[in-house]
Amino acid sequence: MSPARDRTPIPVLPPGVGDFREAGSESADGWRTDQRGMRLVPTHCCFCGVQCGMYLRVDADGTVFGVEPRDHDINRMKLCPKGVVAYQQVAHPDRLVAPLMRDRRGDPLRPVSWEAALDRVASEIRRIQDAYGRDAFGVYSGSSLATEVTYLAGKFARVALGTKHVDYNGRLCMVSAAAANKKAFGIDRAANPWSDILQTQVILVAGSNVAECFPVMTNYIWGGRDRGASLIVLDPRETPLARTADVFVPLRPGTDAAFLNGVLHVIERDGLTDEAYIAEHTTGWEQVRDVVRTYPPERVAEICGIDAALVERVGATWGNAERAMAFHARGIEHQALGVENALAIINLVLATGQLGAEGKGYGTITGQGNGQGGREHGQKADQLPGARDIEDPDHRAYIAGFWGIAEEDLPHAGISAVELVHAFREGTVKGLLGLCNNPLVSMPNADRIAADYDALEFHVQLDFFLSETAERADVVLPSVVWAEDAGVSTNAEGRIVLRHKAADPPGEARPDWWILCEIARRLGHGERFAFESARDVFEELRGASAGGLADYSGVTYERLEETGGLFWPVPSEDHPGTPRLFEDGRFFFPDGRARFNAVEWRAPTELEDADFPMRLTTGRTVAHFLSGNQTRRIGSLVEQTPRPWVEVHPSLGFATDDPVRVVTRRGSITFPALVTDAIRADTVFVPYHWAKQVAANLLTIDALHPISKIPEYKVCACRVERGEAIDPVPPPPQAPGATPSGNEGADGLEAPTAPQGKGTGER
Amino acid sequence: MMNRTLFIDPARCIGCQACVAACRECDTHRGKSMIHLDYLDVGATVASSPTVCMHCEDPIAPCAEVCPADAILVTADGVVHEASKERCIGCANCVHACPFGVPKLDVEEMLQHKCNLCYDRTSAGLAPMCASVCPTGSIFYGSLDELLAQRPNAAATDIVVFGDQEIRTGVATVTPRGFDGGRVPGGMA
Repeated sequence: MSPARDRTPIPVLPPGVGDFREAGSESADGWRTDQRGMRLVPTHCCFCGVQCGMYLRVDADGTVFGVEPRDHDINRMKLCPKGVVAYQQVAHPDRLVAPLMRDRRGDPLRPVSWEAALDRVASEIRRIQDAYGRDAFGVYSGSSLATEVTYLAGKFARVALGTKHVDYNGRLCMVSAAAANKKAFGIDRAANPWSDILQTQVILVAGSNVAECFPVMTNYIWGGRDRGASLIVLDPRETPLARTADVFVPLRPGTDAAFLNGVLHVIERDGLTDEAYIAEHTTGWEQVRDVVRTYPPERVAEICGIDAALVERVGATWGNAERAMAFHARGIEHQALGVENALAIINLVLATGQLGAEGKGYGTITGQGNGQGGREHGQKADQLPGARDIEDPDHRAYIAGFWGIAEEDLPHAGISAVELVHAFREGTVKGLLGLCNNPLVSMPNADRIAADYDALEFHVQLDFFLSETAERADVVLPSVVWAEDAGVSTNAEGRIVLRHKAADPPGEARPDWWILCEIARRLGHGERFAFESARDVFEELRGASAGGLADYSGVTYERLEETGGLFWPVPSEDHPGTPRLFEDGRFFFPDGRARFNAVEWRAPTELEDADFPMRLTTGRTVAHFLSGNQTRRIGSLVEQTPRPWVEVHPSLGFATDDPVRVVTRRGSITFPALVTDAIRADTVFVPYHWAKQVAANLLTIDALHPISKIPEYKVCACRVERGEAIDPVPPPPQAPGATPSGNEGADGLEAPTAPQGKGTGER
Repeated sequence: MMNRTLFIDPARCIGCQACVAACRECDTHRGKSMIHLDYLDVGATVASSPTVCMHCEDPIAPCAEVCPADAILVTADGVVHEASKERCIGCANCVHACPFGVPKLDVEEMLQHKCNLCYDRTSAGLAPMCASVCPTGSIFYGSLDELLAQRPNAAATDIVVFGDQEIRTGVATVTPRGFDGGRVPGGMA
C-alpha cells in the first residue's frame, strides 16, 4: 500500500469524534480517508466492452484509493460491481513487482533483475529461431490491452521476431462476429451508437446475458422499452434481461441459425421484407430467400425445442417494425456455427432494411474492454494495422514501407490462437511470448492446453498478477494495470476513448510496450522500437492505420479528451468521426452493396447420446471477468460469488447445494447445484471464471468454427449425476514470497443464492 | 417526495450488486455496505430487489422514535441519519422497530449502521453512490419530473401499506402506472 504519510497525525479518539472536520473520516474497522490533495483522474473501466467512464481517486501520495462516478456519454455515471472496485487492482498486494525466472521446469520461480530476465528472453528467442526457423517462436496476445500495445504486439512479432505466428485472445471472443461482418458488410464494426436504442421500436438480443456481462447496456435497452419498444431475447436461460422480455425464446443451445432462418421465413412469407432496400443495396437475396423458405415454423420449433408460435410472433414483431435493432454476443458466436448464426441475424437486418438510420441497426457486443480496438491493428494472425489484410499485396506494400522493411520480409498469415497452442505439442512452435491472456483457464479442453504449454521449450508471459498460465512459464515479466499507463481503447459501439495514467507502477513493474521494446532492442531492432511512451506508439499507429478501413489517423489524445470519444473511421484531424455506419446505403465493397449469405443450420459438433444426454453451456456471472485472474483477487467480488456452480432444472431431481457431477468426454467436475426454473430442462450451465479442478473448460469441447476458429464453448454433450465431494476452489497463484491478500474468501461449498451471487443476507 | 429523492424500482433490479459495492466506497463508512440486496423467489426466477432506508416521514422515523438514547437524528430535510456513535448504546430497538428491516447492528462495535442517504454527497449536491452507479436505474436519484422524463410510462408512490398501517416514506417506490391507487404493499406478501 502507500508509504508512510507525512502529515499531522489525527488524535487518537473514538472514530467520528473530536474535530468535526474529521467526523466520519474513519470508521471503526480501520478504513481511513484523507481527501486533502486528492485528484480525480478521468479514465474508463478496464473490464468489458461498454468502457464506462469513471474517475480514479488519487491521494496526495499518488496512491489510487477509490472511484468516483463520471458523467460520461457512454454510462452517465453508471457502473457495475466490477467497475466500482476495479481500482482495487492498482495497489493490490498480489501484484507482481519484479521479474521472475526459473532455470528448469519444476524449479520454483525466483525474482531476478530486468537485465537477467530480458537477456534470457532474447537469448532463448535467438536460440529457438536459429535452431528451428523464425516461425518457431510465436506471440499470443490479448484484447484487454490498450490499442497501442496491441499494435505493438503485431509489429513486434512481424518485425522484431519475423514470425508469422501471432494471434490474440479475441479468437475466443469476437472473431465469429468479425468474420460475419466482413463477409456481409466489408467492415468489422458495430453499425450504431447505442443512443440509437432509445429511438427504436424492436430490440432483438440473441445469446447475450446483457444484464450480467454488460450491465450498463441494460439501461439503453430498457430505455428503449420505456419509450415503447418491444424486447425479444433468445437464450436457453431466463437471464435478468430475458425476465423482462416481451418475447422470450428459450431455445436449445446450438439452434440459433435455425430460429433466425425461421423468423426470416415468416417475414418473407408474409411480404414484410423491404424489397426496395434489397434491390438497391444488397446482393444474394434470392439464395437466402430460397433457403429460409425451407425453415417453416414447425420445422424450426422441432429443431429449437420451442413453440412454433414464438417463431411467428418474433417474425411479426420484427417484420412490422418501422425501426428495429439487433444485438448478439458470445451465446450465438461461441459455436461451430458461430459465423453463420451472426450472418443469419444480418440477413434479417438486411432483408428488412434495418440499417443506416436512427433506431435502425445492428451490432455485436464485444466482450473485452478493448475487444474492438484489439482486433483492428495487426495482432490478429491474418491482419495488418488499420484492419488491413495481410495477404492483400497493396496492404502488404503499405505496411512494409511504413515499417521500413522489405515486403518479402513481412510474414504472411499465421494460424489462429487455439491452433497456435495446439502447435506447441505438434512441434511447429517451440517458444512463446504471451501477454494479456490466461489460456489454461480460458481455452477449451483445458487439460490438453496445459500439456500443450508444457511442451514449449521456452515460455515467457507478461502479467500483473501471477495467472494460472504465468505460474508455469520460464520467465514472468511484471506488467502494469490499465490505470498505470495512458492508452486508447475502442468500445462495443466503435467509439475510441482515452484512458489516462493515474499512478506509477508498483516496484519494478513496467508497461507492456516498454517490455516489448526492450526485447526488440536486444534482438537488434532497437531503431524500429524507439518509443518513449504509449503516446509515441499511438502517433505511429495513426500513420499505420491511415488509409485502412479502421482509420485512426485523425484521432489525437487531445481530440479524445475534448470530445469524450470518436467513432472510427476518422481519416483526418478535422473529420468528426463516424458514429453510424451505412447512412448512405453504401457498404464496404467495390459495388457498395451488402452481401446476403445463405445459412443452413447444422447440429452442434457433439450431440446427445445415451451416455451424455444433456447439453452443457458456459458463460459469465456479473461479479467476475473472463479467466478471473483479476476478479478472483478482489474481496467484494469473491464475497459476492465465491465459487462456480452448476445450474440445473428442478425436473432432474436435485436440490440446491447437492453435489452434482458434470461429466463430458473431456472431464468431470463436482459442483454444488443451483436448482432453478430459469433454465431449459435439457440444458445445464456452468460459469467459466475459475481455475484448475473447477475450470469449466475441463469440460468443454475444442471443436472450432472452420472460418473464425472460435471454439464451441456454448454447446457440448454432458451428463449430470449425483456426486460425492464438491470440488474446492483453489486460491489464485501467488508470486514467491508474497503474502496472500486474504481476499480469496473461505472456500464455501454452497452455490450462490442466485446466478448473480449471494444476497447480502446470506453472507 | 416532490424534491429530489431516491426512487426504488424493484422491476429494474438485475441483482448485480453495483449498489452494494458503491455503498462500501462511501467515505463515511468505507468498507461497509448499508444496502440489502435480496434475491426473490429463488429457484423460480433471477429477480432481485435492493432495500435502502426509506426515510419514513409519517409516522416519522420509527427507528428514531423508539431510540432510548435519542441517537438517531432526523434533519429538517427529512433525512433519517445513522445512530450517532457517541450516543448509540447498541440496544437494537431500531432494528426491531424498522418496518423495512433496514438498520444493522454491528455486534462487535455495538453500534447501529444504516443508510443516511449519502449525506456527505447529497448535502453537497451529489447523488448518493448507489443511485449514481446503479446500471439500470433501479435505484434512481432525482425529482419525479426527472424520473418521468426518462421513463414516460412510470409512476411513483410514497405510500407503503402494512396491514392497516400506512407509512409515507421520504424515498419513493416506482410502480406501473395506475398500480393499486398508488400504494405498494410492504413486507412479504
